[in-house]
Amino acid sequence: MNSACRSAFGRRRGFSSGRGGYLRRVTGNSVLLALVVATALGFDFTNGFHDTGNAMATSIATGALPPRIAVAVSSFLNLVGAFLSFSVAATIAGGLVQTHLVTLTVVFAGLAGGILWNLATWYLGLPSSSSHALIGGVVGATLAAAGGHAVQWHGLTAKVILPAVLSPVIAGLVATVGTAAVYRITRGVPKELRGRGFRIGQVGSASMVSLAHGTNDAQKTMGVITLALIADGSLGAHAKAPAWVIVSCALAISLGTYAGGWRVIRTLGKGLVEIEAPQGMAAESASASVILLSSSFGYSLSTTHVATGSILGSGTGKKGAGVRWSVAGRMAVAWVLTLPAAGLVGAMAYATAHGIGGTAGTSTIFVVLAACATGIYLASRRTPVTASNVNSQWSGSVAPGRTVPAGANL
Amino acid sequence: MNSWINLDALWKIVVIGLLAGAGLPALFAIGLRALAPRARAAGASGTSGTEAEPQPGPALRGPLIAGLCFATVLAAMGWGIYSIVHNS
Repeated sequence: MNSACRSAFGRRRGFSSGRGGYLRRVTGNSVLLALVVATALGFDFTNGFHDTGNAMATSIATGALPPRIAVAVSSFLNLVGAFLSFSVAATIAGGLVQTHLVTLTVVFAGLAGGILWNLATWYLGLPSSSSHALIGGVVGATLAAAGGHAVQWHGLTAKVILPAVLSPVIAGLVATVGTAAVYRITRGVPKELRGRGFRIGQVGSASMVSLAHGTNDAQKTMGVITLALIADGSLGAHAKAPAWVIVSCALAISLGTYAGGWRVIRTLGKGLVEIEAPQGMAAESASASVILLSSSFGYSLSTTHVATGSILGSGTGKKGAGVRWSVAGRMAVAWVLTLPAAGLVGAMAYATAHGIGGTAGTSTIFVVLAACATGIYLASRRTPVTASNVNSQWSGSVAPGRTVPAGANL
Repeated sequence: MNSWINLDALWKIVVIGLLAGAGLPALFAIGLRALAPRARAAGASGTSGTEAEPQPGPALRGPLIAGLCFATVLAAMGWGIYSIVHNS
């Protein structure tokens, strides 16, 4: 049962993997369950602020909405979106790993991997997929817990990796065509009217993206918590998410969105392409339609991949618009790294928690996770990006240079 | 190959995605263009004929086209929300 991967891992970390019962269900362990729920809500929060930029970055960059209003609108629509659909399935991992091998500790370790990757990429101002971070974490933890056979590699490739490669390309294509068409059609329209009109359109299309994000991503966390409750025995195998799970997940993602991931917003709105209102509307329309279409075909795409592809496309669709391919390249690297990196953290978290064992092990990981999160937050305070300097001139890095007066472009 | 990629869904996503994701902004743009004052054309004819011909047709046509375009865009957004509620 021990795959090479797991035992090698166990040896390197210096843990004995000899104990047999690591797959047994921990039933009725309320401390562990509480930690998992808290961690899941924490992940949901990071998911919210990491992804605010997907919907609102372009509207903030073009001044269609003031930064604080933009995140408030997005936050509200995420909240509404989370309540729009109740078909919550406890299958974030369904088709990707053998779900009967998923224990509470695996879910917990996977969430830890997802959170750390989200925070690290947020610190660097890199938009990367929260869904991939979560999936990577869970897959990594499953690998550490049960070995390679527990992962459905075909499902992982067909449902996660290929869509991740294709979706930004499709969204980019749609946004390129849309941007080119929009500029061509409005060639004779006075600049002032055009700007005003498209800023209104931008708010509409960005709202659709926010709504879709709330529905898709809040449900992922609802699914995780429901999965944990089922693994714990608190819920029957095919139970639906209880009301408190839906409400708390909706609130967590909404609060996270309101916190505003300004670092990511800045990269998406200012770093990738210098965006005008018509490009912004074309980009967000492309994002909204690709996300909604794909989910109606049963694909749950990463909002981040789609939004980034769209923004790139809005740059290639307008003559003379400069796309900073170096920024795009850094993002691409982050995307490739997301699954393995979150997986590695998930696996390490699992190995540590399992090595120490029991509630003590999980609590240790929880404390380490909280310490890491605090550390990253404190580090971010040294080069703060806030609502007031999010639109400052792009000077090659996430943190605006100190010489640029805050809010110069507002 | 088909177990890896659902080609049928893929081309539908691309085609409908182009229609909705690029077509709707284009329609919105047409609406804006219809709303834009025909400054040059109107100005040129206006200077020669100061007796102010009413020209009811063209004057109404702009807002009408614009209204139609914006209404279609709004309807599409409504359909999008509907699909969020029923599909996800």
